[in-house]
Amino acid sequence: MTDLNKLKIAEARDLLGKGELSSVELTEAHISAVEASKPLNAYIESTSEIARTQAKSADAQIKAGNQKGMTGIPVGIKDLFATKGVHTQACSKILDGFKPEYESTVTQNLWDDGAVMLGKLNMDEFAMGSSNETSFYGNVLNPWRLKTAAGEKDTVPGGSSGGSVSAVAGFAAMGATASDTGGSIRQPAAFTGTFGIKPTYGRCSRFGMVAFASSLDQAGVITRDVRDGAIMLESISGFDPKDSTSAKLDVPNFEAALTGDIKGLKVGIPAEYRLEGTPQEILDIWDKGIQWMKEAGAEIVEISLPHTKYALPTYYIVAPAEASSNLARYDGVRYGLRETVDGDGLIPMYEETRAAGFGEEVQRRIMIGTYVLSAGYYDAYYLKAQRVRQLISRDFKEAFEKCDVILTPTAPSAAFEFGAKSDDPLAMYLNDVFTVPASLAGIPGSSVPAGLDKDGLPLGLQILGKAWDEETVLKVSHVLEMAAAFTHQPSEWWR
Amino acid sequence: MSEIDKATVAKIARLSRIKIDEEKQAALAGELNNILGWIEQLEEVDTDGIEPMASVVDTKLKWRTDVITDGDKQESVLKNAPKAEYGFFAVPKVIE
Repeated sequence: MTDLNKLKIAEARDLLGKGELSSVELTEAHISAVEASKPLNAYIESTSEIARTQAKSADAQIKAGNQKGMTGIPVGIKDLFATKGVHTQACSKILDGFKPEYESTVTQNLWDDGAVMLGKLNMDEFAMGSSNETSFYGNVLNPWRLKTAAGEKDTVPGGSSGGSVSAVAGFAAMGATASDTGGSIRQPAAFTGTFGIKPTYGRCSRFGMVAFASSLDQAGVITRDVRDGAIMLESISGFDPKDSTSAKLDVPNFEAALTGDIKGLKVGIPAEYRLEGTPQEILDIWDKGIQWMKEAGAEIVEISLPHTKYALPTYYIVAPAEASSNLARYDGVRYGLRETVDGDGLIPMYEETRAAGFGEEVQRRIMIGTYVLSAGYYDAYYLKAQRVRQLISRDFKEAFEKCDVILTPTAPSAAFEFGAKSDDPLAMYLNDVFTVPASLAGIPGSSVPAGLDKDGLPLGLQILGKAWDEETVLKVSHVLEMAAAFTHQPSEWWR
Repeated sequence: MSEIDKATVAKIARLSRIKIDEEKQAALAGELNNILGWIEQLEEVDTDGIEPMASVVDTKLKWRTDVITDGDKQESVLKNAPKAEYGFFAVPKVIE
């Protein structure tokens, strides 16, 4: 029965449709896998009773001839998505005990398509982190371990969607929701040998997503292959009147984009991503990717994204500025934690609550954001960053006049050990160097598993596309996936 | 740009409504200086005449008719409050 956990979404969908498998069986196998995955700390809340009810209903829908793309498919939900009556805390202490009275549009779309909820997934607190070491619920472990002469060592799953990737790579969910502000879907996907896609800003509704940086946050998915990613992304996408930044555009049939044919397509290679100090293994896998694209009949085009170097410092003004504003709502009055100070009044209550409720990284970012927005610094920092952001976005627009997609490494390293970067905020921020520019420009991007490094850890390649052109991103990701033929799996040491 | 010292940290902490103990202020000042020092490389970029970017996609914010589409949710709104009394959020005494 353990084999059921290794099925892909597309395979399970076809078996369910033919009546050769029931969602109840598939879901029970996954509930056991969630239980067995405890050492990974990917799930912070299991919702097995909800899953069982949804599975029964999915089987009835299939019998009635109403099967949709996600009907009966067990998935995990990042703790950033509001789920009615179910634990939603963005893995922060400050939202202690919060059970929303509403459902996020992304998750509602999944349930409307018949999906089954296994539980809530661990993440960096408020999605701030690149290693999943900032969660109130503790670190998530990467199913993939570093193989050294002295034995195997634990590695970080990447962040902030660490629980999402760990559950999917660890066969404890067929797919998972995730969110990307500066690379929080693509970087962890690369670290765990999974497929991750962040669509164009506005493709998915942000209603019911716990806000970090509103002009950047976008929902997406983690799956075990590109086809599954296309199916699940289609389910969560679409216009929502409850989010004023959600786009009124039809959602294409993403799975139909996977034709395997990229002949004549132009793949851009940005000179500026060949950063000094990038490990040779990363450059080698990038070269391999370029070779695979050529062999599939694509044309390689050298492009320039001249403001790449300034993307990270721009991001570390824009994102904290928006975060400091968004997180002002956590004040101990309306929901979550309250630290009372007897007789001291309102302001000490705010200050004590926020000191006790926010972790160190979140406090640091709120402080940076407050500083860059404060009187006397707004123009020098915030407006300057918004201007550089315009230039970064313009770089991409000009590049896409010469090419259809852009191919780069996803991250400048493979998964690293716990503690390796957590004492140095700047070193941690630099891990997002290849993903942040696309986030600032709002364009779609994916990460495809491309190979293993010398320590046996996965490496990913990133495909970026034009705004609203997820179809080409998926099509190229699929061709890359076939060429890379990444069939490695982590040893299931945690079971 | 100015150097961030302990007094600046205390000021930002107050504006952020986060209590930062005095013994933590020096360390935090160091970290913030590091990060802001690195951010200052943006000064190299010529941004004269560049419009600040507020929205990533070329769409106008949508307008809707100013009518109530939802409501009567007092119970739901108060359900997660640490303290609610008489149908309101309750906070420590503000006015003596």
